Amino acid sequence: MDYLFSVAAIAGINIIMALSFYLPFITGQISLGQAGFMAIGAYASAVCSVKFGIPYVPAVLLGGVMAGVAGFVLGMPALRIKGIYLLLLTMGFGEIVRVIFINIDYVGGAAGLGGIPYQEYTTLYAYGTVVILTVFFYRLRKSRMGRAFQAIGDDEDTAEIIGVNIATAKLTAFSVGAFIAGIGGGILAHFQEYIEPLMFGVMHGVEFIVFAIFGGIQIFWGPIFGALALTFIPEFLREIQEWRMELYGLLLIVMMIVRPQGVIGLDVIKWIKKKLLRIR
Amino acid sequence: MILFQQLINGLMLGATYSLVAIGYTLIFGVLGLLHFAHGEVLMAGAFMGLYIILWSGLPLYITLPLTMIATGILGLIVQFFAIRPIKKDYHLAPLLSTIGVTIILQHLAIKIFGGYGTRFPDAISTKIYKFGALTISSDSLLIFGIAVMLMLVLYFFIAKTKVGRAMRAVAESHLTAGFLGVNVDRIVLITFGVASALAGAAGVLVGIAFHTITPFMGLTFALKGLVVMLLGGLGNVVGAMIGGLILGLAEVSSVVLIPSEINLQDVFAFGIMILILIFKPEGLFGTRVSKR
Repeated sequence: MDYLFSVAAIAGINIIMALSFYLPFITGQISLGQAGFMAIGAYASAVCSVKFGIPYVPAVLLGGVMAGVAGFVLGMPALRIKGIYLLLLTMGFGEIVRVIFINIDYVGGAAGLGGIPYQEYTTLYAYGTVVILTVFFYRLRKSRMGRAFQAIGDDEDTAEIIGVNIATAKLTAFSVGAFIAGIGGGILAHFQEYIEPLMFGVMHGVEFIVFAIFGGIQIFWGPIFGALALTFIPEFLREIQEWRMELYGLLLIVMMIVRPQGVIGLDVIKWIKKKLLRIR
Repeated sequence: MILFQQLINGLMLGATYSLVAIGYTLIFGVLGLLHFAHGEVLMAGAFMGLYIILWSGLPLYITLPLTMIATGILGLIVQFFAIRPIKKDYHLAPLLSTIGVTIILQHLAIKIFGGYGTRFPDAISTKIYKFGALTISSDSLLIFGIAVMLMLVLYFFIAKTKVGRAMRAVAESHLTAGFLGVNVDRIVLITFGVASALAGAAGVLVGIAFHTITPFMGLTFALKGLVVMLLGGLGNVVGAMIGGLILGLAEVSSVVLIPSEINLQDVFAFGIMILILIFKPEGLFGTRVSKR
């Protein structure tokens, strides 16, 4: 039971991370650097609670703000480029953040930072954040800002002609995405009690993208579903322990062949709504 | 003198980066796809080379082509099963399926070869040449020579042969190339084969250079290959060749010129990449910026 609880907590953090990738993605910005923002949030909040004794909630929020500031700084040059270029820029950023943390002795260097106070109610906080984010994304879809985001994602030039301030919108999406990732990092740090730079490598940034694309990128339910499914599936596959990861890889390939838009597309949402309406 | 010594190491290192980057750039050229599993193909090539040498004891000049054929076939399989069946309208889907391939290849390698370093056999007898204070091992000369030779062969393949012309046509536009009678699907398949064969060769060369190979070596070289691809300009083969040498030299000289305990090598590579992305995204030798 304890074990299942900790998997559930990790799943919650993964949902937060998948959503943090999804927000800039709406505006067409693909970021591989979410693991880097997560690292900033994790380290900042850990330093707050270990070195300065700041309580849990403000520490995690402060970590998120630090990551958001970093996102703002990286978001400005990111405005100029898109597609694969942005993917590579954010990947480079993630790696540099990791190497920098390896070289800062104040936070333990490569050995990592331990003794972070354990947060007993991590699951609660993680899913609380998920609920807040869900409401946020739900409201965003209907809001002026959210529509501007979507317009930019669909076609940047057209959005600009309509009168959307592209730079502001993209920068906002990118920084808020980084802020969310920082929150995720802070929650993770206080759950594992120990963080090291290795935990935030490129492959983790890739993982969050995998969650989002697997779940579906047409609507925010996709990343949520993807993170949940892909965190729990490998745990259930433990029965066949030996070929677990190979099956996981195969699942990704087969899913992309069968449903390249991800599991939860707009059609699925429509279908669910229709069913629910019929029941009513 | 140390600097000059390091420059030779840098050229050797850079030549292997070039081979990886050429593969990336070829695939990006014809498909607009970031082939995530490319580093894992390199890793597979290194292990295939290792086992060919261990089992048959064949000399390097037979092992290398055999490895290239084997990884080339691996590339064909990847393209045929993981990329071709995906619908063309979704440009992120093939990226995800190559991530799937990465996971499969890496864990298979861990299962078969163990998650630790394996010593690469001495494929060639190493001779040390001394010029005054300067020592050059025949290893590094050989690696550099083979890499440059492969690049020259590839260059003529792309520039002169019919298939090479077709590859360039497909890179320009799938539709137009198809109208002109090019079998686009087959050319894409061939491109994957060629790119993967080069990665396999790079794997063997890396094995010779570093003497140890692990199932995790793919990522390092994949990242460096990406930096080099950017340096040369996306889809630019000659740029990738020169870019690799530049990165190799830059990395090695950063170690010599900035003496510190801090491992700056990687920061340096990625720092270069970020600067290029911000100020000159078409690459140092780029001719056109694609909107992909």
